[in-house]
Amino acid sequence: MGKTIAEKILSHKSGQDAYANDIVVADLDFVMGQDGTSGLAIRAFEDMQAKKVFDPSRIAMVIDHSAPSPLQGVSALHKQMRDFAAQQGIYLYDIGDGVCHQLLPEQGHVVPGDLVIGADSHTCTYGAINVFSTGVGSTDLAAGLVSGKLWFKVPETFKFVLNGKLPAGVYSKDLILYLIGDVSADGATYMAAEYTGEAVDDLSVEARFTMSNMAIEMGAKVGLMRADQKTIDWVQAHSKRVIQAVESDEDARYARIKEYDVSSLEPQVAKPHTVDNVSPITEVVGTPIQQGLIGTCTNGRLEDLRIAASILKGKKIHKDNRLIIAPSSRQVFIQAIREGLIETFVQAGAAVVTPGCGPCVGTHNGVPSDGENVISTANRNFKGRMGNPNAFIYLGSPATVAASVLKGEISDPREHIE
Amino acid sequence: MDLQGRAHKFGDDVNTDYIISGRYKFKTLDMKELARHVMEDLDPDFYSKVNKGDFIVAGRNFGCGSSREQAPLAIINADIGAVIAKSFARIFYRNCINTGLPLIECDTDQIDPGDELKVDLEGGVLYNLSKEIEIPITPLPPVMLKILSDGGLVEHFKKYGGFNFE
Repeated sequence: MGKTIAEKILSHKSGQDAYANDIVVADLDFVMGQDGTSGLAIRAFEDMQAKKVFDPSRIAMVIDHSAPSPLQGVSALHKQMRDFAAQQGIYLYDIGDGVCHQLLPEQGHVVPGDLVIGADSHTCTYGAINVFSTGVGSTDLAAGLVSGKLWFKVPETFKFVLNGKLPAGVYSKDLILYLIGDVSADGATYMAAEYTGEAVDDLSVEARFTMSNMAIEMGAKVGLMRADQKTIDWVQAHSKRVIQAVESDEDARYARIKEYDVSSLEPQVAKPHTVDNVSPITEVVGTPIQQGLIGTCTNGRLEDLRIAASILKGKKIHKDNRLIIAPSSRQVFIQAIREGLIETFVQAGAAVVTPGCGPCVGTHNGVPSDGENVISTANRNFKGRMGNPNAFIYLGSPATVAASVLKGEISDPREHIE
Repeated sequence: MDLQGRAHKFGDDVNTDYIISGRYKFKTLDMKELARHVMEDLDPDFYSKVNKGDFIVAGRNFGCGSSREQAPLAIINADIGAVIAKSFARIFYRNCINTGLPLIECDTDQIDPGDELKVDLEGGVLYNLSKEIEIPITPLPPVMLKILSDGGLVEHFKKYGGFNFE
């Protein structure tokens, strides 16, 4: 019987002929922790009475969630990570280097065919480049650090077939929000999502990351795509590692298959306080906004900044709005400076902050006030997510956020597209 | 292992930001301190209402969202005996097994706030003592039972030096 991408990678890494629902113990190609999860993982590593990590060249810790440190307690956690990294010889990405999910592919640590865990739920992002990558907690991370292995239940696969071409002003963010709204927050729980079809093939690799990043928002373990020539070219530009790309077999068995025609899709917005509370933008246009956020592991890449800058160029954001820009990495930041995008944002009235996760996870860098509405390119709009349970978060594409802060209300970005 | 306590009821899709908000969890590894803020954004007085051994009872997809292990640890340190829900999100599910927080998957429509519950984990039955009914519970997979019976994943690794499911 044929296999899905998920079944193939987990078979290969475990040495077992594995199918959905089998339990395997498999070898990990890369292991990652961030500053919200590494502290507990280091504690568990010590409690396991381990002395050395399995392979320092396959481990990174990333200081991104509260970076630079806004608090004394956080500074202690950061120091603990720096000390552990120095002592074990693992990679450490410090403040300003970027968001973990941008860094792992960008720095060439992960390539097609890999099996990767990260102590962060959005580790599913690298599925876009054909990596079986999934989020775990701190104790699982510690087990990975010690042994280079983890147990997995091989997931069933939910295949999304996306036909047609996305209209102008409609992006991969709109597409994934639409899918989450359609299948709901637990529509793919315990499953691997697999995105296929013409609409996926047409996307840039950067835009594909957005879709895989949000697989967790429908409960999925990973959001996989096949590796096409675009993937191979992108990966080879970032990594020297050997690529072992994997495709699903024609006769692979899927738990569920859903087909969509994306050619008349409108921009989508997720309304407070769940990611699956999705509407076409035409239903929410005019909702007053006080703050915008463009950045995060979902939409802080160069392409996202270019789209936002093209709408904001030569204009000023609404006088009663704030706009926060958080490039997803140092490299993205540098390139955005070179291309004049950062100047465009600052001239338009934006505040540009250190590459990192702060505003999205509510640790610092833009906590909204009571009763305020925020429009954000992030992946979660849970109550309290940005640090205030009395604020309201709407999610949209970088184009939607840029168009909205110009008017001070949720606005259709298609008005800015020729 | 028998567990007994009162039900504190919540709805569907209770995410880990609600269990313990990001504005607290990055500050400290002191779980007793984090426990004071457990479920705060859904019920500001929740921590003060809990008696030792009480249950969190919820609908579908409990624990969705972030992978923070502070979520089960804050629940444990708030003296909650177990979480009972119709279904759980997968990272949270693993984190609970790894840290030793019992999870019970069953139909929670037959449980109301304040009901007195008793759970027989080995026997696979939940007794709603207030309503005098029995509710069957979904058994845990063998790998998870093994980790739980070893006392969590840290103890499993101390015992075997790695994974051992033979």
